[in-house]
Order: sequence, then structure tokens, then C-alpha cells
Amino acid sequence: MKISLIGAVAVSLIASGAFAEEVLPTAVAYTDGSVEQSLSGTSGDAANGRQIVGDKKQGNCVACHEVADLADVPFQGEIGPALDGAADRWSEAELRGIVANAKMMFEDSMMPSFYKTEGFIRPGNAYTGEAADDTFGPLLSAQQIEDVVAYLSTLKE
Amino acid sequence: MKNFTGAILATLLTTTFAVAEPVDDNLVLNEETEMVTRTAAPAHVSDALDEVMSGWLFRGTETRAMQADDFDNPGMIFVEQAQDTWVTADGSEGKSCSSCHDDMDSMAGVKATYPKWNEEAGEVRTLQMQVNACRTERMGAEAWKYDKGDAINMEAALSSVSRGLPVNVAIDGPAQSMWEKGKELYYTRTGQLELSCANCHEDNYGNMIRADHLSQGQINGFPVYRLKNTKLNGAHSRFKGCIRDTRAETYKPGSEEFIALELYVASRGNGLSVEGPSIRN
Ligand code: HEC
Ligand code: HEC
Repeated sequence: MKISLIGAVAVSLIASGAFAEEVLPTAVAYTDGSVEQSLSGTSGDAANGRQIVGDKKQGNCVACHEVADLADVPFQGEIGPALDGAADRWSEAELRGIVANAKMMFEDSMMPSFYKTEGFIRPGNAYTGEAADDTFGPLLSAQQIEDVVAYLSTLKE
Repeated sequence: MKNFTGAILATLLTTTFAVAEPVDDNLVLNEETEMVTRTAAPAHVSDALDEVMSGWLFRGTETRAMQADDFDNPGMIFVEQAQDTWVTADGSEGKSCSSCHDDMDSMAGVKATYPKWNEEAGEVRTLQMQVNACRTERMGAEAWKYDKGDAINMEAALSSVSRGLPVNVAIDGPAQSMWEKGKELYYTRTGQLELSCANCHEDNYGNMIRADHLSQGQINGFPVYRLKNTKLNGAHSRFKGCIRDTRAETYKPGSEEFIALELYVASRGNGLSVEGPSIRN
């Protein structure tokens, strides 16, 4: 009885996604810069995260960071530290906090806040140079953050 | 195909082995004019930088060579066009620039001091604003569009006759409040990426940001001829592009904000040689 009930709940969770509580960018709880809870309510997909980190149109993390695992992606930047071994240095919760809003972990960091929607000066509409309109959202979605965190968690030396 | 692969390889190599340093090289224009491409930072930026460096030092070997010889510098074609404009009458008064001034060479040294305070008008003027004031007030001609065709060509021509002279922009007296405003803009982290000019050009010059080798963002070499769009580009247009890249709402070329920013950024290069028109990728 008990087992099948849990099973039913799990099935409906997967089917509807309605119970997968998404944390809004304005409601993320940071503790010393880290975030314990999954932002999307589900776990991340490391393979997709790898894609996001290297893609100019998504995370574009390689604009500033080198990642040896992404050797196929040309033109990696040298603004921030290389991400190799990031999972040895940081826990999953810390990595989530850094990607969502690095300024919580590193004061005045140059790293953009990928899961934030408020507090900008002259926010624009992507790279058009025009003012932001009502399509304005965080740089990465909750699930994309989780995917990136899942990928970073594989970067061990 | 072979060339193509070579080019890619070359870029890849520079990317991989890029060191956090500009090249060690000297710019001698037309084998005669020694240019100052690095010098001690002026007092008003010495808290942030020891040395100021021309963007020329951050470009590749071929781009640097193109700028060293006027015959190889495609920007000089536009300078020649402006030399013609200089002597061509325009507007209701039937005057040309040369009706009031001598030849273009008489303008040597002018570019080095702009933007600068204009007492009569009670405003800080960029060189393009001054040219437009001559056109509208003295020639009865229409103002040229900011950073566009005739305006940017004329700025390049005026710059070309000042090459080798040190940038020497005044930041005190009545210009000071505009300078302060420019400084504030320089350090403001704009847009969704929350990046200031200083984040890239003060804290990270010499570093690669994706495929770009960051310079100090100096404007002693402006206007610049860009191989990318094969025309002259003004400082305000460059500012606009950089601000757009922070995912911000930009300001417009010719705006009060960009006049202030031009004054401030120019002053960070006091002591560097005027280089415009220079070459960029
Ligand atoms: C504009 C530059 C920039 C971009 C873009 C950027 N970062 Fe960073 N990142 C930094 C800097 C600088 C630091 C160093 C922390 C500090 O002192 O500010 C950093 C630190 C980090 C760290 C901790 C590094 C360590 O190993 O100690 C991680 C993990 C990280 N970034 C991941 C990412 C990911 C993932 C993305 C993209 C989704 C990204 N960064 C995009 C600049 C950037
Ligand atoms: C996200 C990083 C970034 C920010 C922020 C940024 N720039 Fe740039 N800027 C670049 C890159 C990349 C280039 C091209 C390489 C170079 O010359 O540094 C560039 C080039 C320039 C140049 C041309 C330099 C030359 O010699 O050709 C100027 C001038 C300049 N920037 C000024 C500014 C000003 C002023 C601001 C702030 C309003 C600013 N930049 C903000 C990245 C940035």
C-alpha cells in the first residue's frame, strides 16, 4: 500500500512536473554564498550543462574561463580561474551559489550573476543596446543552472 | 584552404599562448616619427595604473605594421577625402574650412587637446562638435551626423596632422565636472552582465576575453579603421559597442554621457602619442 502510493506520487511528479518547485530568481536562499536546494526541483543533466558552458549563446562561461575538458571549444578566456578541478574545490551547493550569483561568494566579482533579475543599472534587451522589455529574464533558467552545476560537479582532477 | 587553416592555427596559437602582456615593440610612423605607445600614467590615474599603453601594443603583428606606414593604412584614404572637403565650400555663406583656417597642417596639435571646454558656448566640446559649430555658425552649413561619414573622416584628418604629439587633455577648471561625470560612467557596472569599463580595461588588460585580447581601451588612436567593417569608427561608437556587450541599454554617439566619457577616457591617455587613424581588426 505504502509503496504503491509513493510510486503513484513519483509518477505524477514526473508526468506533470507540477510538484517540481522552481525557485524564482528573487527567492533564492544563499548561505555564505551557497545554495542547498535545487533551483528547478529536479537534478541537472551534466551533458547539457557541458553544452551550456561552452556555448556563446548560452552560458558562454569560456569567455572568461578555460576548461580543459572543453578542448574542442576554441577561444577560451583567462579572466577567471580555469574550471578544471572545480568540483574538488567546491561542493555542489557552493557551485550552485557561484553560478546563480557569484557576487554572494566573491565580493564585487566580475563574474555575471546568471540567476538574477533585479538590481541592474540600465539593463538591456540582450545584446541589442535597447532597453530591457517584458521578456527580460535571468541569463540562465533554473534548469540550465542545475545542468551547469551537474557538469561542474564532474570536473575533478 | 591552406591559408585559411594557417590563419585559424595562428589565432589558436596566439589564444593558447597569449601572455598577460602587450607586445614589446616600438611604433615609428613612416620611418620617421617615433610614437609614444607606453608611458608613465598621468597623476589622475596613477592610483589605478602604473603605465598607460596604446591599443596598438595589443594588436597582431600585421595590424601593427599596417599602421606604421601611411601607404598601407586604409584609414588614410578617408583622410584624403576629408582633405578635399577641407577646401570645398559648403552652406549659405559660401565658405570652406580653409576660408577661415590655413591648410590642414595648421591644425597640428589641436586634436591632442580635445575634448575641451569652450568658454563662449559654456560647454565641453568634442572635436566633432567643434567642427559642427564651425559648419552651422560660420558656414551656414548643416551639422554632420555624429561619428558618421564626413564627421569621422574630418576627425581622422585633424588627428592625422597631430600624430606623434602627446595627448594633453585638460581635466581641471570648468571641464572638471564633465570629467567627474565621465569617471563615474567609467566605473559604473552596467547591464545584465554588470560590467564596467574598468572591469575589462583596467583590471584585465592583457587577458583574453573569449577571442579578444583586452587592451586598456585608450582612445589616442581614434578614429580607428576596422578591418571588420572597412571604415573609420569613432570613440563614441566604440563606447556604445562595449556598453551593448554588457547587455545594457546604451547611450547615443554625441550624447552628454559620451562627451563626458570621451573626456575622461582621453585624459587616461595623456602622454601617449596621438595615433589616429589607427588600424584595428
Ligand atoms: C565575465 C567573466 C566571467 C564569466 C562570463 C563567468 N565567470 Fe566564473 N568567475 C569569474 C571570476 C573573475 C572568478 C573568480 C572569483 C572572483 O574572485 O571573482 C570566477 C569564479 C568561478 C568559479 C570558482 C572557480 C574556482 O575554481 O575557484 C566557478 C566554479 C565559476 N566561476 C563558474 C562559472 C560558470 C559555470 C560560468 C558560466 C555559466 C562562469 N563562471 C562565467 C569570471 C567569470
Ligand atoms: C565585457 C568587456 C568590456 C567592457 C565592459 C568594456 N569593453 Fe571596451 N573593449 C572590449 C574588447 C574585447 C575590446 C577590443 C579589444 C581591445 O582593444 O581591448 C574593447 C575595445 C575598446 C576600445 C578600443 C581600444 C583600441 O585601442 O582600439 C575602447 C576605446 C574601449 N573599449 C573603451 C571602453 C569603455 C569606455 C568602456 C565602458 C563604457 C568599455 N570599453 C567597456 C571589451 C570591453
